[in-house]
Amino acid sequence: MRIGNTFFIAPVIGAIWAMIYTVVFSVLAMLITGETLIPDIGTALVSGAIGAVFYILLPALRRNWSWVALTAAIALVAHLVLSGLTSHTSSLSVVPMLTTAVIFLVSAITWHLCLAGMGSESQARYQLEVILIRVLKGLGFVFFTIIVALPFYVMLMTSLKSQQSLLANPLDLSIDISKNPAELFRSYIELFSQYRFGTFLLNSAVVSVSTVLITLLLSVPGAYAVSRLRFPGQAVLSRSILLIYMVPAIVLVIPLYAVFSQLGLRNSLLGLIIVYPATTIPVAVYMLQGYFRGLPYELEEAGLMDGLTRLGVILKITLPLSLPALASVSLYIFMIAWNEFLFAFMFLDDPGIFTLSRGVQALNSSEIPRQHLMAGAVIATLPVLVLFLWFERFLVAGLTAGSVKG
Amino acid sequence: MMVENTPPKGRGPLSTGEMRLAYSMILPTLLIVMSIVLLPLLANFWISFKPVQLGDLRPPEVRANERMKPVPTASGDVSEISYRLRNSSQQGSIDDVVLTDSLPDGLNIDGTLDSRCDFSNQVLTCNLGVYEAGKRETLIVPVIATNSYIDNPIKPRASKPLLVGDSDNILTNTVFSLDNYRKIFSASEFWSVLRVSLYYTVFGTLGALLFGLFAAQLLNTKFPGRGILRGFFLFPYVAPVIAVAFAWVLLLDAGPGGTLNAILMKIGAADGPVNFLGQRAVPFTIFGFTLKFPVALTTVISFEVWRYFPLSFLFILARMQSMSSEQYEAAEMDGATPLQQFWYISLPQLAGILAVLFLLRFIWTFNKFDDIFLLTGGGAGTRTLTVDVYEQAFAVSNLGAGAAVAVVVFVVLLCSALLFFKYSPQDDG
Repeated sequence: MRIGNTFFIAPVIGAIWAMIYTVVFSVLAMLITGETLIPDIGTALVSGAIGAVFYILLPALRRNWSWVALTAAIALVAHLVLSGLTSHTSSLSVVPMLTTAVIFLVSAITWHLCLAGMGSESQARYQLEVILIRVLKGLGFVFFTIIVALPFYVMLMTSLKSQQSLLANPLDLSIDISKNPAELFRSYIELFSQYRFGTFLLNSAVVSVSTVLITLLLSVPGAYAVSRLRFPGQAVLSRSILLIYMVPAIVLVIPLYAVFSQLGLRNSLLGLIIVYPATTIPVAVYMLQGYFRGLPYELEEAGLMDGLTRLGVILKITLPLSLPALASVSLYIFMIAWNEFLFAFMFLDDPGIFTLSRGVQALNSSEIPRQHLMAGAVIATLPVLVLFLWFERFLVAGLTAGSVKG
Repeated sequence: MMVENTPPKGRGPLSTGEMRLAYSMILPTLLIVMSIVLLPLLANFWISFKPVQLGDLRPPEVRANERMKPVPTASGDVSEISYRLRNSSQQGSIDDVVLTDSLPDGLNIDGTLDSRCDFSNQVLTCNLGVYEAGKRETLIVPVIATNSYIDNPIKPRASKPLLVGDSDNILTNTVFSLDNYRKIFSASEFWSVLRVSLYYTVFGTLGALLFGLFAAQLLNTKFPGRGILRGFFLFPYVAPVIAVAFAWVLLLDAGPGGTLNAILMKIGAADGPVNFLGQRAVPFTIFGFTLKFPVALTTVISFEVWRYFPLSFLFILARMQSMSSEQYEAAEMDGATPLQQFWYISLPQLAGILAVLFLLRFIWTFNKFDDIFLLTGGGAGTRTLTVDVYEQAFAVSNLGAGAAVAVVVFVVLLCSALLFFKYSPQDDG
């Protein structure tokens, strides 16, 4: 066995991961079980380093999963011995024990992934960079997963709790499964029965679907003309479309508020159904024209030769070929309309016509318990998230192909 | 002489037809975009030069309160109908005010009627002329009851008096002033609002871009679960702002019940609760200088980064997956290390998309209103120009001043857009 730079890098990596997982899993265990765990970072650092040193000792080719498990066990034992020496709490309950075992097992898997193929001898710069990148990627995965998941987790779990238990222990986001469902989903039931969330849901759906339909109806011909037909002003139009999309809503809100107030359109869903398509049409035209340009023109020419009119060509050739683009544009527009807050907030005063965004905003009051606010947030999020997951591939392809392409 | 090959000038019948078709296809789109985007944009400039308050949106009108006293009980009883009239507005005058009211059958005029009024067929018509702002008046009509009224007494109030008049619409008149601009530029906080806006935009954009670049590197290699993870990373962008903003507010709450503060205190990273969204700044000392770290501003920037890194991530990942592997294989042969490959091969190819994303995100972040409004309401040193528009127009109720701030927003935006079109690479990936 030769001792090189990797031999000294390994314990650093082991210590880093043991520390990170100790914090992460302790907090996670606290959130899930509601039991208080105080992570012991100092002992975690040392025992992680010990485990990783053992790991690197075996030649790279002979390391297998049982070796990984063995190093995890070594680190775990080191941790138990060290914490037995430092702390005076002898009573080890099940949750901390289980958590600690998980921490060192996951740590061992991670250092195995970081150091795979690396012997304990001195490595060249190339190999060191490979290790560095593996560590950074691992940190990245942990970091992004936590920052994305945490707010959504808090949102969901808070909506299932009661005000008193939240204030008593904000970390206890565990769900009491033994409770009957009516008790567990109380906030949701109250929102639908007393706060008219059924109406809000319906209003949001009506506004969003209308916006999608109107936008498609107007933007398909517009995008087709800009991408396929020659006319004076075509170049200017195709460039200025995106400019219009950059006009901030906040600049439009004052004049629209003033004019719609005087026209009697302000406090109505019709007002939103007029405003939303106007703000989404430019994006839709931009995405669609990009897609139309990519379609082979020969097909359309053949159609024209065979005696189809332009309208016939669009309906029978272009649109069927553009179904993926239409799907992604529709989904994107739906999301914009569903999530829109500013105009809904400024225009709607009457609870009977609130959209979900406006309805959730109205829950933000000190008189309404916060689990209601979070239940409202979940109700607003769930439909759009489900739609997104369902059509994710379309959306991703459409967004990246059409919208920002230069 | 050089012979130039140019297409024939003028238009044949075919191209004229095509042109007509194109215009008719674009017209509906243009009309709605004109009326909801471009006209309001111009209207905003117009309003910014007018001294108009939120309350002025309701046009001034004359309101009337009618009563009859004493109530006639026998034929020949004399009574008075009085109309108490007032201009509802304290600012706008109303021209050509006309009151029309029908009196119940059997009530006749007794004595002299006000010279402005006329009575025929039981209908009273009064040409009241100009009503100055806030003017009040009581119009008295002396009446006498006849038998037919006593037999069938109907209160005069049963028919409401109709009042019409021409009021000057505050939005369409030609009163202009520079007061709004004078007011916003002389306000001491304006420059700090502008500075906060720029900090927010620059750091929010850069942060989202860097995080997006990092996240894209993670998912650029194939592994099981990559598709799921990609969808999961897009959650912050897809979810409604209202939901995630309030989730953050709860997560960061400084009072009892705030999850993040409870975590930080449990693991010993903080002594007391940190007021992430309510604290303007904490002082700290470095090299003997005392600087202030803006807490709330950093939090709202973090939220912006959190919400929009998925977008950059998506575009950067798409660009990276379209790169050919040949260059990397050649570099590998030449012994280039992974970081060198990233720096000398990946980054130059990503420069185009990064530049475009930067400019687009810059503009959109600058335009952002919802996020800060929902998180802090513009308090604790997080008020940006867009939040200021709302504050001026709807919280202080000065529509004109709000519109003037909106003009500032638009001007900054226009400069950025010009930059974007000057430097956007054509047809890059």
